Amino acid sequence: MNDTPAPRHIPDRLDKPLSSAIFSWEALLVVIAVVIFAVNSFASPYFLDPWSLSDLTFNFTEKGLIALAMALLIISGEIDLSVAAIVALASTMMGMAVQAGAGTPVLVAIGVVVGLGCGAFNGLLVTRLGLPSIVVTIGTMSLFRGIAFIILGDQAYKGYPESFAFFGQGYVWWVFSFELALFLVAALIYWFVLHRTSFGRQVFAIGNNPVACQFSGVRVNRIKFILFCLTGLMSGIASVLITSRLGSTRPSIAQGYELEAITMVVLGGVSILGGAGSILGVVLAAFIMGLVTFGLGLLNVPGIVMSIFIGLLLIIVIALPIVWRRLREGRFA
Amino acid sequence: MKNFLKYREIWLLAGIVVLIGLISTRFPGFADPANLRQVFNDTSILMILALGQMAVILTRSIDLSMASNLCFTGMVVAMLNAAHPAIPIPVLIVIALAVGLVLGAINGFLVWRLNIPSIVVTLGTLTIYRGATFVVSGGAWVNADQMSPDFINFQRAAFLGIPVLSWIAIIVIALFFLVMTRTAIGRSIYAIGVNPTASVYAGIDVGRTKFIVFCISGMIGGLAGYLWISRYVIASVEVANGYELNIIAACVIGGISIAGGIGSVGGAVLGALFLGIISNALPVINISPFWQMAISGSAIILAVVLNARGERRQGRIILRKAEAA
Repeated sequence: MNDTPAPRHIPDRLDKPLSSAIFSWEALLVVIAVVIFAVNSFASPYFLDPWSLSDLTFNFTEKGLIALAMALLIISGEIDLSVAAIVALASTMMGMAVQAGAGTPVLVAIGVVVGLGCGAFNGLLVTRLGLPSIVVTIGTMSLFRGIAFIILGDQAYKGYPESFAFFGQGYVWWVFSFELALFLVAALIYWFVLHRTSFGRQVFAIGNNPVACQFSGVRVNRIKFILFCLTGLMSGIASVLITSRLGSTRPSIAQGYELEAITMVVLGGVSILGGAGSILGVVLAAFIMGLVTFGLGLLNVPGIVMSIFIGLLLIIVIALPIVWRRLREGRFA
Repeated sequence: MKNFLKYREIWLLAGIVVLIGLISTRFPGFADPANLRQVFNDTSILMILALGQMAVILTRSIDLSMASNLCFTGMVVAMLNAAHPAIPIPVLIVIALAVGLVLGAINGFLVWRLNIPSIVVTLGTLTIYRGATFVVSGGAWVNADQMSPDFINFQRAAFLGIPVLSWIAIIVIALFFLVMTRTAIGRSIYAIGVNPTASVYAGIDVGRTKFIVFCISGMIGGLAGYLWISRYVIASVEVANGYELNIIAACVIGGISIAGGIGSVGGAVLGALFLGIISNALPVINISPFWQMAISGSAIILAVVLNARGERRQGRIILRKAEAA
């Protein structure tokens, strides 16, 4: 987080588009995805079935939605560790509403609004009081999930209406689930915002040099506040999906999602120090994590062992380009 | 007197005294010395973990893998004990320190040699070490009846009226105090956190110092692994799941700045004690333990707000004005 940044080399001329595309992070991720896909299809006869592949997507869509907003936040140089706790709190609030007899539209509204509110609370603490986001969100992580525990204790909320099940269990067309469709649409929107709008350019600029941005007339704090709200909002949406898919709420829901979402973002090539990254990378990383967990699941590998692969993947993928650069520099120096 | 009040540890200590006072109004026996000794003993593991984490945070790094390290080392030691009950406990403790050291050195090596940000490295090893626990144990638990009586009772034995566990915490606190304030490596750790660039010019090897710091936090994680398992007498893959954030919370409440360079041994100990007192007090004053999470979350936010006031540097004031304009 606060490690010393490496000295930045400014090249005399930019790489040619083709070579930069071939040696880009996204290309590396595509290769990895293809390899894992191929290995999976050879390893299990059940893998190459449309419905298997459709089930696969449920492994990453919810975390992926959070990761999209988290990517922008990390690019701007901040982080939010409270996302999973926001999911839990929003789900608890929806559960309370169900007990009071709320219908599906109200439930969705509650989930989304609670998420947005939690995000805004984080954003206010970070931007108004100038606090480091990693500490603030460790605090709010305990606070939000703590409130869910106070309300629920060791109980669970059930009895969600039947129409509510569509969000986490429904299919838009053939094998394409509502969750997958929502993830792809959200990815398109986030891609557009980050890579095609001045807002997106400002997010990158803030991550590279917030002080220079301040003096260039960029409203640093306002943009960071918006990004925290977005992350909260996406967590609220993810909460609706998870609650709908599981059909029940426990205070321990979505435990550990924050680290998985951050792993997706970092694996997707977003610099944890801020200032660099792409939505395409995050989407590819989400697919890769889904492929790995699902493929190993078909081979009856327990979930905890899968996490070794995810952890190794994270470190190796980050270390590879560094080792590669060292080797090249060693040769040409 | 004014200088005296500048130390945030004094304020934290005052806060703890007030907290104990408040609890005593509901449960008079809480401030009893015997009970406070018990609270100290209960918090010992968190205290030594917070000290290891403090050393890492001071160098502008973070170690998210401590709880997983604890889980893995604890499992290794418990399995060794179950298979070979004849191994004396001091040897097991040395093994725990060594296993923890190796895990910490892996983190440190990746941070030092490959320059990967520590949060990324330890996020990865957080899942790897816990997964490795499953691999070595095959998912099985080591239960109390498989552990030797020595293994379980070593830390419970009283020496001068205080359990060995508390003595271990006291020794670790004393060692950290000596290293952080009286040795070159301790000063280097602070220097790197305050200004890494200036540290390089001052002849400090920043990368190597970070490596050492991760080795320290690894050894602490390993030691805590044995202590945790022998205290709660069960070793499983779920041990201390998510505890890494409690450790960081203790540091934050103790006034250790996540931006590096600011913090003290006393702060880390008091931060851990603060959390320990809350978790000990809730059951006796009839508040559901489900409140604990929200209370410690609020304490973290409050602590970071208060700390930020003390940390604001003079040089930033111009910028603050520009921001306000």
